[in-house]
Amino acid sequence: MAQVRVTVDGVVYADDVEPRTLLVHYLRERLGKTGTLVGCDTSNCGACTVHLNGQSVKSCSVLAVQVDGAEVTTIEGIARDGKLHPVQEAFNECHALQCGYCTPGMIMQSIDLLGDNPDPNEQEVREGIEGNLCRCTGYQNIVRAVQSAAEKMKPGAQADVQSPVSVAGGGD
Amino acid sequence: MIPSKFDYVKPSSVAEAITALRDGGDDAKILAGGQSLIPVLRLRLATPSVLIDLGGIPELRGIREDGDRIAIGAMTAYYDVIRDDLVKQHVRLLAQATETVADGQVRHRGTLGGSLAHADPAGDLGAVALALDAELVIAGADGTRTVPASEFFVDYFTTAIGEGEILTEIRFPKHTGWGSHYEKFNRTAQAWSMVAIAAAIRVEGGTIAEARVGLTNMGTTPIRATGVEQALVGQPATADAVRAAADHVTEGTSAPSDADAAADYREHLAKVLTGRAVLAAVG
Ligand SMILES: Cc1cc2nc3c(=O)[nH]c(=O)nc-3n(C[C@H](O)[C@H](O)[C@H](O)COP(=O)(O)OP(=O)(O)OC[C@H]3O[C@@H](n4cnc5c(N)ncnc54)[C@H](O)[C@@H]3O)c2cc1C
Ligand code: FES
Ligand code: FES
Repeated sequence: MAQVRVTVDGVVYADDVEPRTLLVHYLRERLGKTGTLVGCDTSNCGACTVHLNGQSVKSCSVLAVQVDGAEVTTIEGIARDGKLHPVQEAFNECHALQCGYCTPGMIMQSIDLLGDNPDPNEQEVREGIEGNLCRCTGYQNIVRAVQSAAEKMKPGAQADVQSPVSVAGGGD
Repeated sequence: MIPSKFDYVKPSSVAEAITALRDGGDDAKILAGGQSLIPVLRLRLATPSVLIDLGGIPELRGIREDGDRIAIGAMTAYYDVIRDDLVKQHVRLLAQATETVADGQVRHRGTLGGSLAHADPAGDLGAVALALDAELVIAGADGTRTVPASEFFVDYFTTAIGEGEILTEIRFPKHTGWGSHYEKFNRTAQAWSMVAIAAAIRVEGGTIAEARVGLTNMGTTPIRATGVEQALVGQPATADAVRAAADHVTEGTSAPSDADAAADYREHLAKVLTGRAVLAAVG
């Protein structure tokens, strides 16, 4: 067992984990944050995308022990006071999903993309989300949603990161 | 799938990591960005007894100027390589190739050292290291040695890094003012190179004065296209001259045939892409 102390969506957790535990399994099974999904076994689909110290990563390709001392934000941590994040709103308004399985990862990657490039053209959006696969939509509305979110977020209104609020055990 | 059980250590210096490697024995594995290794562990294609995470060693991360070279710590993430001003100014080809690797998420985690140590023949950065005559610094129990890229890549997934050794730094000679381009051919998003060409060219008064060309996925290791380089030097930087030189690209290659492409198709691609890469570089 190894110790991890990690801030997830603004809450500090301290847990013992097996070194082989993937971050995505820690989030889903220990912390109950099932908003982050697993869609593949090959690190290709991006459904598991979260932010690690402010950068998007595939949480199936990071070990939970590696995030000791770090800050993780999941799809469950981006709404503020009951109000959806502008990218969530835009996905809703633009019908950027059908089954919704890819959506949490798409949204997390889109937020990352807009952080680096607040006004991406269509090609830049497509390249920015190339690590996220959608089996349903054909991507058209996803691209529209990201560009619409960029409009909403001008000038540079990025999701601010919550400061840690409390210490809680993650379970068992 | 969940990886099989292993122990995990996170040394805070290179010396500690080398000790951990020795103590770990045959089954110890180094963990860098994890973007090749963790997928492999998940599929249980590797079952190491202990993982030695280099993520806690600050000296392995970062980019500095070192005389006529740019020295890059093995654990420097792709994302940081791409955005670095020294790299953009002096080794632009490396930034150009790194931008094509995988996707945004993988580029946040994957490292230059991990990519070179992994030595996948379809990996994009070996051809750049080879073309630009990079030197690789390898640390072991007996100290440090420096290996030229031309001797680093031994075979499919095999490098000059010996048992108990760690790649610590990659040094690129400055190619300030050279034109460069990485021309990668693949069919889908976040896919590996079917073939790719790394080209750095120095033009003087309309004539090609120096040329460096590296090939991705045209053999079991990255390959230096010396035939093309020699044919380019002294030629005018025109489309006809460049295409004629590009015909030499298959010399010394042994292109694989696999589900993506047959060898003769790769050879055809290599010629076309070499022309494109060099013309874009002299652009
Ligand atoms: C979806 C996806 C798409 C990808 N597409 C591409 C692509 O288009 N082009 C491309 O080039 N790559 C691609 N990759 C691979 C990616 O570039 C990896 O990051 C890279 O191959 C390994 O680097 P890493 O830092 O993640 O190393 P790790 O995965 O941690 O390690 C890889 C291997 O190298 C060894 N190692 C690592 N660092 C050292 C060191 N300093 N000293 C000694 N040994 C070491 C490890 O023990 C391991 O065997 C892709 C990966 C994914 C998941
Ligand atoms: S679950 Fe598919 S990339 Fe992580
Ligand atoms: S909406 Fe179904 S996978 Fe994207």
